[in-house]
Amino acid sequence: MKASSSTNSPTASPAASKAPARTWNDVAPDKKKSVPEGLWLRCPGCAAMLYKENLAANLQVCPECQHHFRVGGTMRVNQIADTGTFQEMFADLESTDRLGFKDLKAYPDRVKAEQIKSGVADAIRAGQCFIKGRDAMLCVLDLDFMMGSMGSVVGETITRSIEHATKHDLPLIIVSGSGGARMQESGLSLMQMAKTSAALARFDDAGGLFVSVLTDPTTGGVTASFAMLGDIIIAEPNALIGFAGPRVIQQTIRQELPEGFQRSEFLKKAGFVDRVVPRGQLRNELARLIDYAGK
Amino acid sequence: MAVYYQLDFEKPVVELERSIQNAEDALRARLAATGAPAESANESEDPEIFRLLTQIDTLRSRHREQLESLYSTLRPWDTVRVARHPLRPQTRDYVNMIARDFTEVHGDRRFGDDPAIVAGFCRIGPVKCLLIGHQKGKETSEKIACHFGCAHPEGYRKALRAMKLAEKFGLPIVTLVDTPGAYPGLGAEQRGQAEAIAVNLLEMSRLQTQIVSIVIGEGGSGGALGIAVADRVAMLQNSWYSVISPEGCAAILWKEANEQTNNAAARALKLTSADNIDLGIIDAVIKEPVGGAHRDPRGTAESLQNWVVNEVHALKKIPLDQLLQQRYDRFRRMGAYTEQGNAAMA
Repeated sequence: MKASSSTNSPTASPAASKAPARTWNDVAPDKKKSVPEGLWLRCPGCAAMLYKENLAANLQVCPECQHHFRVGGTMRVNQIADTGTFQEMFADLESTDRLGFKDLKAYPDRVKAEQIKSGVADAIRAGQCFIKGRDAMLCVLDLDFMMGSMGSVVGETITRSIEHATKHDLPLIIVSGSGGARMQESGLSLMQMAKTSAALARFDDAGGLFVSVLTDPTTGGVTASFAMLGDIIIAEPNALIGFAGPRVIQQTIRQELPEGFQRSEFLKKAGFVDRVVPRGQLRNELARLIDYAGK
Repeated sequence: MAVYYQLDFEKPVVELERSIQNAEDALRARLAATGAPAESANESEDPEIFRLLTQIDTLRSRHREQLESLYSTLRPWDTVRVARHPLRPQTRDYVNMIARDFTEVHGDRRFGDDPAIVAGFCRIGPVKCLLIGHQKGKETSEKIACHFGCAHPEGYRKALRAMKLAEKFGLPIVTLVDTPGAYPGLGAEQRGQAEAIAVNLLEMSRLQTQIVSIVIGEGGSGGALGIAVADRVAMLQNSWYSVISPEGCAAILWKEANEQTNNAAARALKLTSADNIDLGIIDAVIKEPVGGAHRDPRGTAESLQNWVVNEVHALKKIPLDQLLQQRYDRFRRMGAYTEQGNAAMA
């Protein structure tokens, strides 16, 4: 997929645009670095050095060890939707600071900073698109924005997307990657869990197909609401998926967690995930499921 | 009045309670010494008895005043600690006080029976219903068995199984929420804690019967919401309801949980009953007797029963299809966001 290489993640793009001006000769000697910043990175899975453009061409999956790098919302949309077909919806929703929340930083300041960092208004992209020619409603949580946490905007966008899918009998795909409900909107975030789940109940009553795709990491209030309610639940390999985070569990039970605990394969074995699907096969899988459901 | 576990901000009040106790002891001793029956104290001409009676009266009115002013100015973090008071009535206490002919049902038919969730048929006043609630436990052994009110997936599945029975038999559902949060552990994750809660949210939103929920102590996040998707939701005055506990929030956003950061987090989270009314998350606050539910469990139970009976009566008058639409709308409108140019849509 060529589309993904042209839309790199926002944080990486300035470096990428600088790249043509630099050569090995002007980088290597004076900076004493073996690798120029921004062009290469080390795979956390197998420690291989990966050329970023190659990585992007491989959907941000390490060609050596199949480690799935986390990807932001825009890139994810481009990886799933047929090129140029994604019609974004509900993008003008923005969070308000209803609670006047302030921790070490005021919530509106935090939102501003995250918007500048990520280039999106909140932690979600939603829209109608084609997936291998099949019409579908696609929502993607954006890890680049406050760890993909769910506040009012995410909850409202998901709910509207579900309602849109119900109304137009579209298959619904939600790709989750989230730290959970957003603390800064407290009870209102919590209520988004009930709101999205209630909308899914109606979608279910209407006979809709909902495929939930879980990516690294999906935890907390997102897992405990729409993410676990898919008719079919797909997980990317080795993604962390759970209700409580591993650190909280460790503090509670005061013992080491078993190898692979809360990873996709563990959840599949426990019966909570239907399929563990590598990123490169996701479009095929989605298209096939849409066909089987007759959507 | 018994002297018991005390919250530090209650110290002056507890001292007064001790003085009252002492004065009452002295009065009893004096009455016994004079050989007069206890009931006749008011008619007694003994000056010492008269002095003690006056003293007790003054102490009592001072105690009441102090308690009132103390509980009208509780900080959010203090409210959290009142909500966790070990003598605060729990689900089984309410069962004993207001649920007649309680017929408990056990188990999720899949894995086991979670004592952290209590479910059973009963009569509350004239209302025949299904009662579900978190149980934290009172004695140490019960607390451990209940994981301090942190339910496992089998608890949420038991709750749903019972709720489906209520739906089948056309009984209203009353749920009492009192949990720090769903249990974070190996078995809970393995058996699908998130899935169990998520399914409850979905199924409760379309259950064809009336549902009312009351947060009676702690309303900790998804673990609370997992039995609280209802037509009407109330909170007891000194309970809390939020997306995360103050300590959890402090540990993440303030990098450490201590007295000061817990305080700040409790304030920031807007977790009190007044805050939740203001946010539109709950419909009513049920007043507690002065000094909190732990000082007068019966009075609290009575208020709770009145609210339940009134609400269930009102809900029963609404046709089911309308009721379900209203339940959907209730949660549908929750949230705070702006929408450029299209605000009318919301």
